[in-house]
Amino acid sequence: MALTGMDIYKLLPKKNCKECGFPTCLAFAMKLAQGGVDAGKCPYMSDEAKKKLSEATAPLMKTVKFGSGDKTYTLGGETVLFRHEKTFVNRNRFAVMFNDTMSEEEINEKISRMNGVNYVRINENMFVEIAAVKCESKNKEKYMELLKKVKNECKLAVPMIITDDPEIAKAAVDEVKELGPILFGANEENFEAMVNIAKENNLLLGVEAENLEALYNLVEKIHSLGYKELLLSTKAESAKQLFEDVVNIRRTALISQDRTFGYPTAVFVNRLSEDKFMQLSYASMFIEKYASIIVLDDIDYSLALPLFALRQNIYTDPQRPMRVEQGIYKIGQADENSPLLVTVDFALTYFIVSGEVERSKVPAWVLIPDAGGYSVLTAWAAGKFSGKSIAKAVKDFGVEDKIKTREIIIPGKVAVLKSDIEDALPGWKVVVGTEEAAMIPKFLRDYAAKRS
Amino acid sequence: MAYVKPQQKYQGKIREVILGEGLKIGGESVLPFYSFDGDLGNVPKIGMEIWDIPPFGWSEKLMNEIKDVAEDPAKWAQYYVKNYNPDFITLRFVGANPDTKDRTPEECAEIAKKVAESVNVPLVIAGCDSNEKNARIFTKVAEALADKNYAFLSAVEANYKEVGAAVGLAYGNIVVAESSVDLNLAKQLNILLTQLGVKPEKMLMNPGISAVGYGFEYVVTTLDRIKLAALEQNDTTLQIPIIMPISFETWKVKESVAEKEDVPEWGDREERGIAMEIATAVGVLTAGADAVILRHPRSFEYIKRFIKEMTN
Repeated sequence: MALTGMDIYKLLPKKNCKECGFPTCLAFAMKLAQGGVDAGKCPYMSDEAKKKLSEATAPLMKTVKFGSGDKTYTLGGETVLFRHEKTFVNRNRFAVMFNDTMSEEEINEKISRMNGVNYVRINENMFVEIAAVKCESKNKEKYMELLKKVKNECKLAVPMIITDDPEIAKAAVDEVKELGPILFGANEENFEAMVNIAKENNLLLGVEAENLEALYNLVEKIHSLGYKELLLSTKAESAKQLFEDVVNIRRTALISQDRTFGYPTAVFVNRLSEDKFMQLSYASMFIEKYASIIVLDDIDYSLALPLFALRQNIYTDPQRPMRVEQGIYKIGQADENSPLLVTVDFALTYFIVSGEVERSKVPAWVLIPDAGGYSVLTAWAAGKFSGKSIAKAVKDFGVEDKIKTREIIIPGKVAVLKSDIEDALPGWKVVVGTEEAAMIPKFLRDYAAKRS
Repeated sequence: MAYVKPQQKYQGKIREVILGEGLKIGGESVLPFYSFDGDLGNVPKIGMEIWDIPPFGWSEKLMNEIKDVAEDPAKWAQYYVKNYNPDFITLRFVGANPDTKDRTPEECAEIAKKVAESVNVPLVIAGCDSNEKNARIFTKVAEALADKNYAFLSAVEANYKEVGAAVGLAYGNIVVAESSVDLNLAKQLNILLTQLGVKPEKMLMNPGISAVGYGFEYVVTTLDRIKLAALEQNDTTLQIPIIMPISFETWKVKESVAEKEDVPEWGDREERGIAMEIATAVGVLTAGADAVILRHPRSFEYIKRFIKEMTN
């Protein structure tokens, strides 16, 4: 059971010695309860109390790792079922599936599509992080050939070795171990051998069973061998069953507080349907609830754009809204005579405004000052969206050199800023724009027509 | 130790609202698709979007498919019902915008009546970009379709009195309460409509929708919180089924709008648009929407299949 701050306080020496870095034992206890500090910081706690505490404050869901170097990823470590309760911590990772019975042509095309998806969306690099390489042929040479090819040609991806044959697994691990691969395929029959291979190389081990009951027993057996770097999966054949399994693994860990299921999960949505848009549907669902690795048959931009965007949203910390970089953004073929709009650096506002400007088909510039990452009214109320911050952005980003207009369109909701901005920006005229972003296209078209 | 499956039982239940003569929406007492916890209520419903004027900016292939019917919303609705069998049709009055045809409320009512007569599925009426004009349009349309139990999208804070009084009270239709991605705003509008006299069985709500990638985390979190308040805390003011016009948002974002010539690596524009529509629809269905409105027949087919797989 998780302990409250008061429960922990009772275990502390109550000396208020400050040696832990906190002013009182109570403050230290509160921080411990949140998981924000290590219990070992208290020099005076009894061993018994320490043991009790470390058991009670160990995370319910383990954080595990795979990959290597700058391609090291963490999974799991989640503490809540809904993001508003705190935040989701470790975003899911996507995998594309290869197997050694595919034709060379098929494999080459897949590799080229996978490497082709690589772009930046709001300060985040988007690409497929995992190449799932499955041994279907049962033939070691054939499999190793594919694994080498994928290793050499999918430079961005960490391999996930998929086989239930320990001998093949061993050879595969030897081939790619410096990449920190995931070893997937521990089951009821092979788990001892697979655990040994994973242990030797300190790899994340994928564990698979027919259903939750069997999986639970299998994880207990693996625990008794002393291995805890695990990734869980069931062989559910329907989307409905797989969803039930994934939700219940998360709830078993967080609600029942049973650490046997305190691990991230992998889902093979490519097993549920061969159709790419059905895979998209299932993947979208599992981003929200609660998979950590989502395996697809293939990738292209039509899948990547919605999936990576959804993931980026779901894993945004509710306490830290997404911000876009300050600067002057060119929408369409804007030139030195195009209109200039200004709005805040809150990502959502920027996206909506730039989207509407794009929709208007009027090429324009959008200036984003430092507005604290708040929405228009909040930023205004906090004094972050003001004549001063806008004038600073005009200067910092060289707006007067880039464009000829000396008119700046501001959001209608902050019409009161007009004179403040005009005072701060000599020679400029403020035009009050629309109250709602949806009205921008009409406004801009009228505005552009009037000016020309 | 044997495995014990956790279960979450709730005391609350989402109300069941009937659209038209018998299309039941809501009624669930568990989180979306949590059939392992209890009763899912009615399976989520899907409507297809049509306009009162021939659409512009829609994908070429879809325009090609509907070219013979797009001039006449009644025929268009019939075509969709015959070929795709959606649960309902959403008739959207884009033609009432001043920059299109600036249609009068009377003209809108005339069109709505024709569409209603042409199909045997219920209608969901959506307005134009102006809240003020929508109040007038909805009043006329609700009068022309009195006591049909059709839903009107939407009553917002600025016009809820007019829309609520006309649609919900005077003419016996369903008011959709629309707020912008915040549990408290959603709750407040539901309460205001109830205080006006609109009965809960004549209400649906849209607590705010965006496309995936565009602040969608607020949409999901608002849905999560509304469903938990309704089920866990038995908050009756939030036990109203949720309807969301997915297509109104997803088809205007860059991913769905950018032409292939401008971003060659992104590939076919229509495929991207369908994908954005599917992911957004699944995103809200997984968080708590009881009905969604879609534009592309292919998205419709996929979402239908998805819902079937998850509820069978």
